Amino acid sequence: MALVDLLDRLLNGGAVLTGDLVLSIAEVDLVHINLRAVIRSITSDEPSPW
Amino acid sequence: MTAEMDPATDGAMSYVYAVGRAGTPVETALAGRQGLEGTPLRTVRAGDLVALVSSVPSASYGAEGVQAQMEDLGRLEVLARTHHAVVEAAYEHATVLPMRLATVYLGDGRVREMLGEREPEFSALLARLEGHVELGVKVYADPREAVAVSSREAEADTTDRPGRAYLQRRRAQQQNHRATYRAAGAVAAGVSDRVAGIAEAHVTHRPQQGELTEAAGENIVNDAYLVHGTRAGAFRAALAGLGDDVPGVRVEITGPWAPYSFATPPEAGGGEPR
Repeated sequence: MALVDLLDRLLNGGAVLTGDLVLSIAEVDLVHINLRAVIRSITSDEPSPW
Repeated sequence: MTAEMDPATDGAMSYVYAVGRAGTPVETALAGRQGLEGTPLRTVRAGDLVALVSSVPSASYGAEGVQAQMEDLGRLEVLARTHHAVVEAAYEHATVLPMRLATVYLGDGRVREMLGEREPEFSALLARLEGHVELGVKVYADPREAVAVSSREAEADTTDRPGRAYLQRRRAQQQNHRATYRAAGAVAAGVSDRVAGIAEAHVTHRPQQGELTEAAGENIVNDAYLVHGTRAGAFRAALAGLGDDVPGVRVEITGPWAPYSFATPPEAGGGEPR
């Protein structure tokens, strides 16, 4: 299956555990921001047409 | 009960793939299988819940290690595909709640505490998802494809006045561009009508962009639908042929998936039907 479809689900979906995590909530958010940055960083600069 | 693992001394943390119910096949079905880093999967039980976990080295899965993995597409892909393979294998045997990527605890003791704290919420989510799958629906607009169709039709119109023909072509392209996106929007709007009575919930993901997206055209709708496993075929049938007669518009269905997009509790946002 396409990695992009998988990442949609693994990064935006999935149960989020904010309890007794190794990473604090802030760090979890940071990780997810970095993930999006990864995806953006490998995307082209073509603007959306609308 | 053994002492909790201390990452400072044994260097291992517990990576959680999914949570299921104790007493279901999830407890035994994955025995002998490997997770990330080639270490064996195991279950951690607390009350009526079990977590599907494996040990991972803290050097690679602590906050810094995880971030480093995220910044390397090759490593991110291994992480994502391995996580998914475990979730999918579990989902063949029992309903489980998939965890978000990179859910890491200091040790099994912490996983047990988390299960205890979240039991009411997880039990409710597992009950809601029982026997269900997720299907993805993506709608694409591809004006170039529509142009190919319309310019074949308009070929007879080209005259011996090239300037005027050029302007006509430009105008036609712009109109075609707008028309294709409008048509794609109309096709997308028809999806929810067609699957009404089959899908039980609906989540909107951000449209896919960039090099990871291999498909032609622009993804304008990227949605997930929660469907009972026995209705997955009916869901696909309901959307069969949608967009086929619209030049430049394409509909793609993915799945069935374990219900990742519906594993977030309502108050966390993003997991509820809109």
